Amino acid sequence: MSIRVFIPKDAAALSVGAERVAKAVMAEAVIRNIQIELVRTGTRGACWLEPLAEIEIDGVRHGYGPVTPADVPGLFDAGFLKAGAHRLALGPVEELDWFKRQERLTFARCGIIDPLSLDDYTAQGGLTGLRIALRMEPQAIVDTVKHSGLRGRGGAGFPTGIKWNAVLNAPADQKYIVCNADEGDSGTFADRMLIEGDPFCLIEGMVIAGLAVGATKGFVYLRSEYPHAFATLAEAIEIAGKAGLLGPSVLGSGRRFELEVRLGAGAYICGEETSLVESLEGKRGQVRAKPPLPALKGLFGKPTVVNNVISLAAVPWILTHGGQAYADRGMGRSRGTLPVQLAGNVKRGGLVELGFGISLRALIEEFGGGTASGRPVRAVQVGGPLGAYLPDSLLDTPLDYEALAAVKGMLGHGGIVVFDDSVDMARQARFAMEFCAIESCGKCTPCRIGSTRGVEVIDRIVAGHDRATDMALLDDLLTLMTEASLCALGGLTPLPVQSALTHFPGDFDRPTRGEKPVLRAAE
Amino acid sequence: MTARQTQRSPFEIDAAREIVAGLRHLDGAMLPILHALQQRFGSIDPAAIPLVAEALNVSRAEVHGVVSFYHDFRTQPAGRHVLKLCRAEACQSMGCEALVEHLAAEHGISMGETTPDGRLTVEAVYCLGNCALSPAAMMDGDLIGRVDRDVIDALVQETKGVLS
Repeated sequence: MSIRVFIPKDAAALSVGAERVAKAVMAEAVIRNIQIELVRTGTRGACWLEPLAEIEIDGVRHGYGPVTPADVPGLFDAGFLKAGAHRLALGPVEELDWFKRQERLTFARCGIIDPLSLDDYTAQGGLTGLRIALRMEPQAIVDTVKHSGLRGRGGAGFPTGIKWNAVLNAPADQKYIVCNADEGDSGTFADRMLIEGDPFCLIEGMVIAGLAVGATKGFVYLRSEYPHAFATLAEAIEIAGKAGLLGPSVLGSGRRFELEVRLGAGAYICGEETSLVESLEGKRGQVRAKPPLPALKGLFGKPTVVNNVISLAAVPWILTHGGQAYADRGMGRSRGTLPVQLAGNVKRGGLVELGFGISLRALIEEFGGGTASGRPVRAVQVGGPLGAYLPDSLLDTPLDYEALAAVKGMLGHGGIVVFDDSVDMARQARFAMEFCAIESCGKCTPCRIGSTRGVEVIDRIVAGHDRATDMALLDDLLTLMTEASLCALGGLTPLPVQSALTHFPGDFDRPTRGEKPVLRAAE
Repeated sequence: MTARQTQRSPFEIDAAREIVAGLRHLDGAMLPILHALQQRFGSIDPAAIPLVAEALNVSRAEVHGVVSFYHDFRTQPAGRHVLKLCRAEACQSMGCEALVEHLAAEHGISMGETTPDGRLTVEAVYCLGNCALSPAAMMDGDLIGRVDRDVIDALVQETKGVLS
């Protein structure tokens, strides 16, 4: 029997040379006349160990990483195919503290299986949830999801079961399931990782959602910045169609569910659900006023479930293990697990799936190992470009929707971006406004104009000519944008700006103290 | 990674018509059609706008509005290679702005510009989803992590090695 070697083909792993490592391993095996079966997986999420090569021995996977092509002959010399000692040897991967402490529910298979093998998927528990759902009444499926306490993982945190219930009870000849895979927040990559590493899990979740609310057609709206994920998902949908998981009779049940993946076109705003729906319809991605909610009048005017990738991918586990098992994890009103993405200036970045409740500090220090630069942490942005910048004094805040809101922050899609002490927070505040100006859909004035005025007024404050007037003006502008914007882009851009002003006021008045403004982030 | 040239052919109205006809049956066919046109011809030629409008029964202004709304769609072809450099927060925390300055100072290329010989277009992008391996870039569709000055120099050099 040939030896099984696992090397990811996830885009993040490829970005640091996984393809070259895979080629080098195969070439070296040929030279040494050794039979190897190379399995290309997704990533387990330990981006800091990529490219991570694993060798399966008696069902246990031993890791080596991060591997460069130049390391490969040495690894063969060291007998890595028999888990031989080497400076890159990590031992059994799942015994590493980084993995052992996680609760991998949604990402249980990610990085372990061949993402496009339906056999691998079912061997690891895939399709169990769907088979259970096929024997249930729609209302019972919705109730299970409600009972699990699952809240939308895209950022808004709205209870998924309640959204599904609204669509179930909306009478219509056609309903839709739309998956929001327009993961535009900086510091987040959970959607990409799941789609590249376990696409059938998303497909299964969408089929279950369709059964639950009576929708027969689904769309995945995937951002164009993710060409690898698009290729994997398109292939997975084709495989699922041929296997009867999608189509006129899901697993022979006589129930229909069709699925298409559609590419976005580089607009951040299309991650907002009504803008996404407009874009899917073939229009400019401009935000719609709510009501009507998409649950009642969504895609092509029909009742539509719009859910994030991670919300939908959590559903197969919930159906398999029951709503209560999911609700048993987490804290407060944040039930279940959250795939946290540790990003930016952090030594051990990647995806960590855990029950809600761990503190930011524990994540950054214990999982992340501190900053990549080795300098002290100064600010942490949680929840993407619309999330607050938190100082060291707030890092004991637990990961929980309500706890973060209580410190005037937000959890968002679970991205955590770490900055060291070289960061200039006035510059970060300015960028928040600039980003809003670049990405505003233009429909409402507070966002379209307010963001540009925001950049200008922050520039004047930093220059320090008439600080008191400009600070009052900025304060007014932040209130206006918060209260009067049509959607979360204009409405939440004040969050990072306000947090920078509150927690790092010194960065805004360097010139008045006779200091030069720092003009760049860490190098 | 090896730089590969963007594949594209000059605009032909018949080929464009064929693309439109092949996709117009889709629900919400506008974006799939525009993506397909751009993939084939490198940009959305103004002559394609009436074709799309007619096929989808919308006004030319509406098609133009969609083309101009989305950052992805071009009305002028890009250079033979396209380097997208991420300038979002995670990459900022790892010094992406210094890379922008390096590209301008060492190679004379500013963001959003194409080199005069049409070899390389450099664009800003806001998140490539590689935030644990920042700074990130994408060269002709290939994702690159932990980009530094040497990586930038090598990427620019590679585009010079490929004959047009």
